[in-house]
Amino acid sequence: MPSLLEIRDLHTEFRTGAGVVRAVDGVSYAVGHGETVAIVGESGSGKSVSAMSILRLIPNPPGRITKGEILLSGRDLLRLSDEEMREVRGGEIGMVFQEPMTSLNPVLTIGRQITEAVEQHRGADRATAHARALALLGLVGIADAARRLKQYPHQLSGGMRQRVMIAIALACDPKLIIADEPTTALDVTIQAQILELMKDLTRRLNVALIIITHNLGVVARYANRVNVMYAGRIVESGPAAAIYHTPRHPYTIGLLRSVPRLDRPRIARLDSVEGQPPDLTRLDGGCAFRPRCRFAVEACATSRPELSPVEADDHLAACFRSAELGAAGAAA
Amino acid sequence: MSTTVEAGPLLEVKGLRMHFPVTEGIVSRRVVGEVKAVDGIDFTVRRGETLGLVGESGCGKTTTGRCILRLEKPTAGEILYDGVDLAKLDRKALLAVRRRIQVIFQDPYSSLNPRMKVGQIIAEPMKVHGIERDAAKRDERVRELLSVCGLPAAFADRYPHEMSGGQRQRVGIARALALNPEFIVCDEAVSALDVSIQAQVVNLLEDLRERFGLTYLFIAHDLSVVRHLCQRMAVMYLGRIVETADGDELFGNPLHPYTKALLAAVPVPDPTVEATRTFRPVQGEVPSPINPPSGCVFHPRCPMAVESCKHTRPEPREVRPGHIVACSEVH
Repeated sequence: MPSLLEIRDLHTEFRTGAGVVRAVDGVSYAVGHGETVAIVGESGSGKSVSAMSILRLIPNPPGRITKGEILLSGRDLLRLSDEEMREVRGGEIGMVFQEPMTSLNPVLTIGRQITEAVEQHRGADRATAHARALALLGLVGIADAARRLKQYPHQLSGGMRQRVMIAIALACDPKLIIADEPTTALDVTIQAQILELMKDLTRRLNVALIIITHNLGVVARYANRVNVMYAGRIVESGPAAAIYHTPRHPYTIGLLRSVPRLDRPRIARLDSVEGQPPDLTRLDGGCAFRPRCRFAVEACATSRPELSPVEADDHLAACFRSAELGAAGAAA
Repeated sequence: MSTTVEAGPLLEVKGLRMHFPVTEGIVSRRVVGEVKAVDGIDFTVRRGETLGLVGESGCGKTTTGRCILRLEKPTAGEILYDGVDLAKLDRKALLAVRRRIQVIFQDPYSSLNPRMKVGQIIAEPMKVHGIERDAAKRDERVRELLSVCGLPAAFADRYPHEMSGGQRQRVGIARALALNPEFIVCDEAVSALDVSIQAQVVNLLEDLRERFGLTYLFIAHDLSVVRHLCQRMAVMYLGRIVETADGDELFGNPLHPYTKALLAAVPVPDPTVEATRTFRPVQGEVPSPINPPSGCVFHPRCPMAVESCKHTRPEPREVRPGHIVACSEVH
């Protein structure tokens, strides 16, 4: 079956006072129907920009998608008119953002924000849209839906607002939901509720999900595939189990080792990734992770390793030494 | 842990309450209620140890830290620091104590003055407290502090905006160390940092504790980091401490239903472990501290709640040596 979404060689750059930032620098990946794909990376790795590029929500200027294809069911989103793109956002693709307080409109009721989506994309009348909104709130586990529809965002808690965001994202039966750090602003117990809800709904409704996060723990439970990004590129990509158990890129290994784990005995000292994240305006032709990498060799300074298969066909890593890292990764 | 924890308490908090008024009206402000941010808590921090204070947003952990720093004047209760009650000190007496107690804030972006160079930021506490009046010596001290925190001396001439988040947090730590304090309140000190940087700063905090014999109150919501750093922990919920125990005991044998729920909600970065973990997240949300539930504040969300939990506030009891729980259903 062809993939639902296929991203090919995507480049997005920002022109800043300090120079051109290649925020997304040649990213390719696919998302299958109903599949959950996690994009993991730290601030500035390009994980959010790559997702916003799919939605074409890159502010221009200073940003610009310079190259690539984004095929949703075979149709290249980068070639659509603005009008057609507006139909895609909130229609075929639903969105859930990090900060539910700033992504909901504070002066509209919850009900209006949900019915707006339904009326806009489906051409439904008020009554149908209202009924749909009621059903959606029930679906995302909000009790007393009729009363909640009349309330404003500030009257809801953070977890509740994020449930509303999910309801809006689901309003038009999307094929894909892009969730950018959907639980980062929430407390742990609420985070657990929201993640379970998203997992449950995407499975039940067969919606594909791209979940962007900096937290490797959050996605372990939910992702089928994981893409690890560093400095605008995917450095490792594979099925979740492979990424967590046999990581083949030094950065992935470093990330996994630097988090203390509750399910393991306490260790004396955290194994941190030394150094600072790179300045994206000053990247050279070599591997961007090289200055922080304990496996770096001379070749890393002169040429950039391409993302290529290690072991299995669906497990890719962009490292010259990924074959040797098998043993090191298993020890992690 | 290689550091020896001396038995004597450095800080003893008794019956601490911090209630904030809720007002209405623009011209004449009428008090219409109060937020019980901290509602009667007791704990001690021993010399040389790290006590973790954990809980979700709004549980009062940050307010507790602010009371200890006397950035707030507590409504009631005692804060005995080395035998002196901080809650009753006047401004002048406070200034002297503040040399010994410092703070590291969460957000390295907003806690550093953007118009000051890093060197000035670190030297500021020395100026305020009138120690090291000689400028050359002060500069030397700044360079020393930068190097202690793993930053090159040349950073003294930079501005905060020229640095990454992790580097800024190191500046915040250097500033906290400038007065040679004994006790540091770390309020979500690593929460805003990226995973790989977070590990660096956690290691730095540990090194500094050993090197300078520091005592930390580590306020955080990330339980895995807290377990890594802290010898003892106190779990807060809605202004109260529900459980206190040694780290290993608390994580190995949590007794309070809220602690259990909190631990269960922490995801493990391993898909195989996660796939086998049956897990039902605790239902409901944290109620408002303006109008907290009667009796035990956790009872509306608690799977173990019985009738009496609705009326009677459970007092903290020592159910095992050093393990204190505020729950009537734990025996």
